[in-house]
Amino acid sequence: MLRLRDVDVALNVEGRMRPVLTGLNLDLAEGEALGLVGESGSGKSMTVRTITRLLPHGARVSGAVEFEGRDVLAMRPAELRAFRDSDVGVVFQDPRAAINPTHRIGDFVGEALRVNRGVSKGEAARRSAELLAAVGIDDAERRLRQYPHELSGGMLQRAMIASVLAAEPRLILADEPTTALDVTIQAEVVGILDRLRRERALSMVFITHDLDLALAVCDRVAVMYAGSVVEVRSARELHDTARHPYTIGLLGSRPAIERRAERLTAIPGRPVSAFEAGPGCAFVSRCAFAQDACRASRPRLEAFQGGLVRCHRVEEIHEHSVV
Amino acid sequence: MRNKKQGRIRAVYKWLGPSGTLAALFLLLMVLAAVFASVLAPADPNTGDLLNNYQGSSASHLLGTDGIGRDILSRLLYGTRTSLLGPALVVGVSMAIGIPLALLGAWYGGVVDSAVARVLDLVYALPGLLLAVLTVALFGPGLTPAVVALSIAYVPFLARIVRAAARQQRVSPYVDALAVQGFGVFRISVRHILRNIAPVVLGQAAIAFGYALLDLASLSYLGLAVQAPTADWGVMVSDTDALLKGYSTPVLLPGLLIVGSVLSLTVLGARISGERPEPHPLFGRLFGRVSGSGSERRAADAPAS
Repeated sequence: MLRLRDVDVALNVEGRMRPVLTGLNLDLAEGEALGLVGESGSGKSMTVRTITRLLPHGARVSGAVEFEGRDVLAMRPAELRAFRDSDVGVVFQDPRAAINPTHRIGDFVGEALRVNRGVSKGEAARRSAELLAAVGIDDAERRLRQYPHELSGGMLQRAMIASVLAAEPRLILADEPTTALDVTIQAEVVGILDRLRRERALSMVFITHDLDLALAVCDRVAVMYAGSVVEVRSARELHDTARHPYTIGLLGSRPAIERRAERLTAIPGRPVSAFEAGPGCAFVSRCAFAQDACRASRPRLEAFQGGLVRCHRVEEIHEHSVV
Repeated sequence: MRNKKQGRIRAVYKWLGPSGTLAALFLLLMVLAAVFASVLAPADPNTGDLLNNYQGSSASHLLGTDGIGRDILSRLLYGTRTSLLGPALVVGVSMAIGIPLALLGAWYGGVVDSAVARVLDLVYALPGLLLAVLTVALFGPGLTPAVVALSIAYVPFLARIVRAAARQQRVSPYVDALAVQGFGVFRISVRHILRNIAPVVLGQAAIAFGYALLDLASLSYLGLAVQAPTADWGVMVSDTDALLKGYSTPVLLPGLLIVGSVLSLTVLGARISGERPEPHPLFGRLFGRVSGSGSERRAADAPAS
């Protein structure tokens, strides 16, 4: 359904082009939920912005972004608007910032219906109320008349999900939908997203820096590092059969509920950005297995044991750890 | 019902503050005077009675008469019409030109925005009064050429503020969220961005109204805009004959109305755009000093998320 091939994106930072995505490859099947996991600055949000062509002025994009065979990057303005309106919906990180504070919730949720679909005002209000009920907001009729500042963060995020559903898209891009929310609300909102996408057979790209959350919600997980994907594997297998040194490091650095709190293992060094990476593997500066070959050339994302891994030494490392 | 009404009045008072409320009341009085001039005026503003010139206050002429015996109160009332109509046209036309330009520049950025900004800078460099004098020199005196010239000169005054505020909104997440829902430039700019920056736009419009009133009064004073027998505050102030003969009322009263209106508009404009005065040590909040920009204050007023 969604295919990204060798996508390079560079942003114009004070006159100099800085790469933020390098050689990004992603595939999403119909009805699948793909988790996109990585540290801050690894390019997760930029991936969403590339798919929806929401990049800032002066950004340079190459490669291919295909949605059901159509090249998103080559779409003309009218096509792009139709694509954004009916094919894809984005749930943003901070609902308080992503919703216009001067419009009532009803206007916000029903706006796409009224403006892009020509649905009548009364009908839009009725459907908006249904959608609010579907995302678990009680007393929907009253909520429709309220302004964003009268609703809690969790409630607003549900309203945003409702507004996305209003357009009946087939692909939902959720960009850290729970990061700005209270911990107790996070589970509810994730639960709603998960239920709705199963009920409506939607495809979803779920972005988070919480590896466990991604493993719980998604069918497959793609781990990003410095602007590209380093490992893709099904959520069920990733926990036990992670093969990329970065993924293994990530899994090892999580606190575990069943163990007493010891000092957590950390990946040495700090995350590098795409523009800091040399000609070799981006992870080379922090990798315990790095060799000259890793510094010389960039590994490709290749199939290995049921997943995709971007590492020169993946076979050697695997054999050694098994022995 | 009554409580609801009282609550609303209190809310307006809280929003505008004492000085802003006073300004709003003064302006309301002016607007009422303009609308009901023909009902309120005791006499025809242009018919003089030469035998009764330079009269003091009396039952038939509440504020006395001028050099050719015209009733000053009636002239002030009718003068409100021309004196407010001119600036209203100026602000209306310059907003109609300036706001779309500013929104376009803010939306597209890059070359479009640079072009808009340079054009605005260019027009900003022309003094409004000079442009008006030039227009009058070309097309002859009258309210229309003066209004047209000032409308053009006032475009940057409004558009620069709108552009700056809209650029800020342009990069905010809710605009991205709307774009990704498939809405177009026009809808996002007008229905969302403009609505969010409405206080800034209206505040600046009120201040522009005051300046335009002053400029047009100056032009009328010089005999370049509104022409002599017509009742207009600027025209009335130019009655030097009265001053030479020692009668100040025919000149002083329209002058006070000009000062009062401009001051009120400036105060009201600042309050609408969100500036809150610090209380003055002696005069309290009525003559408070404004500190901090409007947007800073608004950020502080906004409920915490």
